[in-house]
Amino acid sequence: MTTTQTSYNGVVPKAREITTQPRFSDKVFRFVVTSGGFTSLIILSLIAIFLLQQGFPVLKDMGFGFITGFEWNPGDVDNGVPVQFGIGAMLIGTLLVSVIGLIIALPIAVGTALFLTYYAPDWIKKPLTITVDLMAAIPSVIYGLWGFFILMPHAVYWAKLLHNYLGFLPFFKMPADVFERSPFIAGIVVGIMIIPIITAISREVFSQVPLDRIQAAYALGATKWTMIRSVVLPFGSSGVAGGAMLGLGRAMGETIAIYLVLNIYFAPNFQVLFSAGGNVASLIVSKFGEAGEYELRGLMAAGLVLFIVTLLVNFLSNAIVKRTSRTGK
Amino acid sequence: MATIDYSSVKPQKPWRLDSKQLAINGAVFLLAVLLTPLFLNLTPLNGKLGASFIFVVLATIGNTVLSIVRQGFKTISTSIAASLIYLATALVLLPLASVLFTVASKGFTAVKLNTFTQDMRITNPDAPFTEGGALHAILGTFEIVLIATIICVPLGVLTALYLTEIKGRFENLVRFLVQAMSGVPSIVAGLFIYTVLIVTLGVNYSGIAGAFALSILMLPTVARTSEEVLKLIPNDLREAGVALGATQWRTVAMVVVPAAKSGILTAVILGVSRVAGETAPLLLTILGNTTNNLNPFSGPIAALPLYTFSLMKTGLDVAISRAWGGALILLTLVLILFITARLLSGKKR
Repeated sequence: MTTTQTSYNGVVPKAREITTQPRFSDKVFRFVVTSGGFTSLIILSLIAIFLLQQGFPVLKDMGFGFITGFEWNPGDVDNGVPVQFGIGAMLIGTLLVSVIGLIIALPIAVGTALFLTYYAPDWIKKPLTITVDLMAAIPSVIYGLWGFFILMPHAVYWAKLLHNYLGFLPFFKMPADVFERSPFIAGIVVGIMIIPIITAISREVFSQVPLDRIQAAYALGATKWTMIRSVVLPFGSSGVAGGAMLGLGRAMGETIAIYLVLNIYFAPNFQVLFSAGGNVASLIVSKFGEAGEYELRGLMAAGLVLFIVTLLVNFLSNAIVKRTSRTGK
Repeated sequence: MATIDYSSVKPQKPWRLDSKQLAINGAVFLLAVLLTPLFLNLTPLNGKLGASFIFVVLATIGNTVLSIVRQGFKTISTSIAASLIYLATALVLLPLASVLFTVASKGFTAVKLNTFTQDMRITNPDAPFTEGGALHAILGTFEIVLIATIICVPLGVLTALYLTEIKGRFENLVRFLVQAMSGVPSIVAGLFIYTVLIVTLGVNYSGIAGAFALSILMLPTVARTSEEVLKLIPNDLREAGVALGATQWRTVAMVVVPAAKSGILTAVILGVSRVAGETAPLLLTILGNTTNNLNPFSGPIAALPLYTFSLMKTGLDVAISRAWGGALILLTLVLILFITARLLSGKKR
């Protein structure tokens, strides 16, 4: 043993030390990947910090009036018109349009998800799923263009029908005879845009329903619909709720499509068929071009509010979806 | 005991409708179609909306009557629910078909050969289609999206690697934040880049600013899709790499990432198709232009979504037709990306 080692002229490679410590290259690797992993945290906090820093003067000057005020006026020093920035009407309008979109999208999306999981023949499932996903890939400017030129004439007709036959309902009343560019139409466009999101999440949840429960329902004599009502819908309801919230978040952040089909009006309007609505994102687009320095800060504060609201809605919906997929109920 | 040769036994599906019943179903459906114009004249309803409403009601009634005859009264809710579910699916496909059809038919008249070779620097928006084009917008979109991809892909893949390979203490937090980021409104991303680059750092409106804004929107898509793909790589591969004495870094770089190559490519393409059509952030960061700008680092630049948007806003008939042309080019681009991504991921599974 010793002889062979000495005759080897001493270039034996040293055995590597056995250790649980990561090597230097791994330390670098872990550091790089970890810092890369925190990109989203950095970007999200930077967005909040910068928008707050820029918008702070306006938020300070306006106080709570920025959220509750209805007027957006850059002011006129010479004529004594005071500066007044309030996005109350825009926030109400954003919520109104999103809720209309959700009311339209939710039943259609859930129905489609049920069709895709339980009704469609196998050969049609995949192409149809891809087709629905395709709806999410269409740029929002195209939806806006389509909504303005193609959908609007039809939607105005539907709005008139609603007004004629259901006009006794408070939100279908009309202060004047203008049906174009109403929250109703914007709601339809947004609804179409969030259908694929809600469909995708509902489909995912419905496909996780345990097969034994489905078969148990059938064995007890359920028809397809009674099975869905007693097994699938209770199982999937909170997942669908999460998907709906996610869709709501998307709808609130939607910009260009709404800007093209909605008439921005600086007063709260709950008459959904009337041509006056509000939208925070569209406000930013419409005022950005001609805004002075102070007004720009106001727009950034509006952006901050929009950011925080959508972030909260998103947090909530992700929590709901996650809880569903973990516990299955 | 004799064994039964199960291969010769065909599975029975007694709940399937036989051809006679199917024929009756078809007849009822046809009856609903034929009766629709009759009811359209008898009732105050009119137009396409009235016709489709009557048809849906008639088809539902026919379907319900059939199932009552076959299975008794308890199936009324089942057949009505089925009709509503079919209706919902039709209502999803209708707007999609309408969007695709209108963009194709309206855009087609405005897209000529010169659309791809000329820009709008000397052309009025309402000049005939044989003058001017969208070359500047196409080039601009390619520049911006390319730079956004270069910025975003390393960060997105690193995020995915953190979630699947390092699995650090903050794994859940990071996953949560990536999901939250996918909900950031596009206008906020644009506003953020505007505050940072243009207000604070004094950079001009330029392609690079637009690219930064788009990469913010692209990051969550790339990160989440890559994570899904990396999760599918079997752990055996990682263990084999480590067992051969490779460090973790070598294992990831030489084994895991190459194995997930086509999946990561899919993630990148999906990310690109997500942002290629974004208008709002570009409005705030690149401003738009009517001429070619091959330098993405300085000066306003055009992009297809913005080209479509600003032409539509002029309100002139010809300009709006041009806008449809821009929409057609944009839609074609997005469709190509979408289909490529599907084909790539479809081959994998």
